Amino acid sequence: MRSNTVGWLMLAPTIAILGIFGIIPFIYVLYVAFHQWNPFGASPDMIYNGANNFRRLVFDAEFLTSIAFTMKFAFFAVLSEIALGYLLAQLFMKEFPGRGFFRTIHTLPLIVAPIVVGSVWRLMTTPSIGIIPYLLRNWFGYDLNIGRDATTAFTLTVIMDIWHWTPLVTLTLLAALLALPKEPFEQAQIDGANRRQIFWHVTLPMIRPAILATVFIRLMDALRTVDEVWMLTSGGPGAATRYVGLHIWKIVFPKTDYGYGAAISVIVLYLTLVMCWLLYVALVARRERKRTF
Amino acid sequence: MPGRNPLLYVALWLLLSLLTLFPIYWLFVISVKPAVDLFTTPSLFLDVIYWKNYVNVLGNETLRGYMLNSMIISSGNAVLVTVLAFMACYALSRFDLAGKENIFFWTITNRMAPAAVFLLPFFLLFTQIITFGDWKLYDTKIGMILLYCTFNLPFAIWTLRPTIDGIPKELDEAATVDGASTWQVIHEVIFPLARPGLAVTLILTWVFAWNEFLLAATLTSFNARTITTGLSEYVTTTGTEWGAMAAIAVITLIPALVIFAVVQRHIVAGLTFGAVKE
Repeated sequence: MRSNTVGWLMLAPTIAILGIFGIIPFIYVLYVAFHQWNPFGASPDMIYNGANNFRRLVFDAEFLTSIAFTMKFAFFAVLSEIALGYLLAQLFMKEFPGRGFFRTIHTLPLIVAPIVVGSVWRLMTTPSIGIIPYLLRNWFGYDLNIGRDATTAFTLTVIMDIWHWTPLVTLTLLAALLALPKEPFEQAQIDGANRRQIFWHVTLPMIRPAILATVFIRLMDALRTVDEVWMLTSGGPGAATRYVGLHIWKIVFPKTDYGYGAAISVIVLYLTLVMCWLLYVALVARRERKRTF
Repeated sequence: MPGRNPLLYVALWLLLSLLTLFPIYWLFVISVKPAVDLFTTPSLFLDVIYWKNYVNVLGNETLRGYMLNSMIISSGNAVLVTVLAFMACYALSRFDLAGKENIFFWTITNRMAPAAVFLLPFFLLFTQIITFGDWKLYDTKIGMILLYCTFNLPFAIWTLRPTIDGIPKELDEAATVDGASTWQVIHEVIFPLARPGLAVTLILTWVFAWNEFLLAATLTSFNARTITTGLSEYVTTTGTEWGAMAAIAVITLIPALVIFAVVQRHIVAGLTFGAVKE
C-alpha cells in the first residue's frame, strides 16, 4: 500500500482553490444573511437583525411559488434529459455511416452560450414575429402564445432546456457506456437474457455511477438557471416562469436588498444540498446493499 | 429502436439533426438579415444574404480583443481544471483517504450556489481581499481562470471519477509489482485508458468557460472582458441589435466547433477502450 501522503498532495490544489473561491464567499453570504443591508438604499449600513430575513421568507408567497416552479421545472427537464440522453447514447453505440458527423451535430447545442440560447428561442417563439408560432398557425391552425398562457410558457422553458442539455447527458452516458467491459453482456446473452433484462440487470447497475453524476449536475444546474429563461420569458407571463434564481436576482439587483437576497440564497443552497445528499445516500446505499447479497 | 440496418440509423439521425440544428440555423438566419426584415413575416429560407453584421463585428478591434481574452481564459481554465480533476479523481479512486467521500461531495456543493448573490462576495474577493500591493484579481485573465474553477472543477471531478474508477485496480497493481512508480502508473496506465473521459471533460470545461456570462460581466472591465459579455452589450442596449448579436454568437460558435472536430477523434478512439481492457 502506497503512502496516503501522495493522495493528499494530489487533492490539495483542488481543496485549496475551492476553499478560497467557495468557502470565503459562502461565509460572507452567511454573514450578510443575518443583517439588514441595502447598500444603495436609505440606510446603507449593515444592521444585525438576527433571523428576521429567514422569518420573512417563510411568508413570502412569491418566493414559495418560485421554489415550487423551480422544482417542477427541474423534475420534468432532468427526467426527460436522462431518458432521451440514454436512448441517444445507445443509438451512438451502433456502427453506422456518418456516426462521428452526427455525434458532432448532436453536440452542437452544448456550445451555444445560455444567453444566446434564450435569445434565439425568444426570437423563434415570440407570437407576432417568431417562426414557430407562424408555422404552427399555417400548418396546424394552432395558436402558440407564450406571452399569454402560463402552461405553454412553462413547457417551452422545459423544451428549451432539453434542447440545450440533452447532448451533455448523451456525452457523459456515452463515455460511461464506452468504458464498460464486454464480458458481462456476453455472459448475459449466453445465459439467454433478453434486451430488457440486460438493460435492468447488467447495463443499468454498471452505469449507475455515471447516471448519478449526470442527474446531480443537471439537477443542480436546473435549480440555478438564470440567463436562459430570463431571455426567453422574462419570468412571465405573470410570474409563471419566475423561478428561484430569477427571484433572487430581482431582490439583489433592482431592489438591492442584499440581506434578504443572501438569506434566500442560503436557503436555496441548503435545499439543493439536502436534495442531492438524499439522492446520493439513497443510490449509494442501494448499490452497497446489492453488493452484499 | 431501429433494426440492424445501418441506413435506418442514418435516417433517424438525419431527422434528429434537423431538430437539433434548427435553432442554430435560425441564429444564422437572424445574423444575415438587415434589421428591418427581422420583424416582417418570417420565412424558413433565405432569399438575400446580408453580410454587413459580420463585417461590422469582425472589423471591431475591441470585440477581437474580447475574443482573444475568451480564448486565453477558457483554454487556461480547461487545462487547469482537467489536470486538477484528473489528479483529484486518481487520489479519490486509488487511495484510502480518511473522509474522502465527504470531500468528493463537498466539491460539488461549490456548483450549487445561486450566482446572483455570490457576485458581491466574488467582487470583494477580487477587489479587496486577494490583493498584492496594487495588483488585484479584478479584470485579470488569471483571476477568471481561477474563478471558473468553482463551477468547472466540481463538474470535471464528478464526470471523470466514474472513468477512473472504471479502470481496474489490478492494472495499477501489476505495474507496481513490475517496479513502476506512482508517476509511471499514472502516465503509462491510467492516462491512456482515461483519455476518452479526459477529452470529454476538457471540451465541456472549455465550452462552459467560453460561454459564462454573469461572472465575467461583473468581474472584468476591459483587460479580461470576454466575448459573451461583449455580446450581451448588444442584447441589453435599448432596441436590441439582434443582427450584430447573432453575428457575434455565430462567430463564437466557430472555435468551439473546431475544437469539437479535433477532439471527436479522441472520443471515437474510446471505441477500442473495451477491447484494450480485455
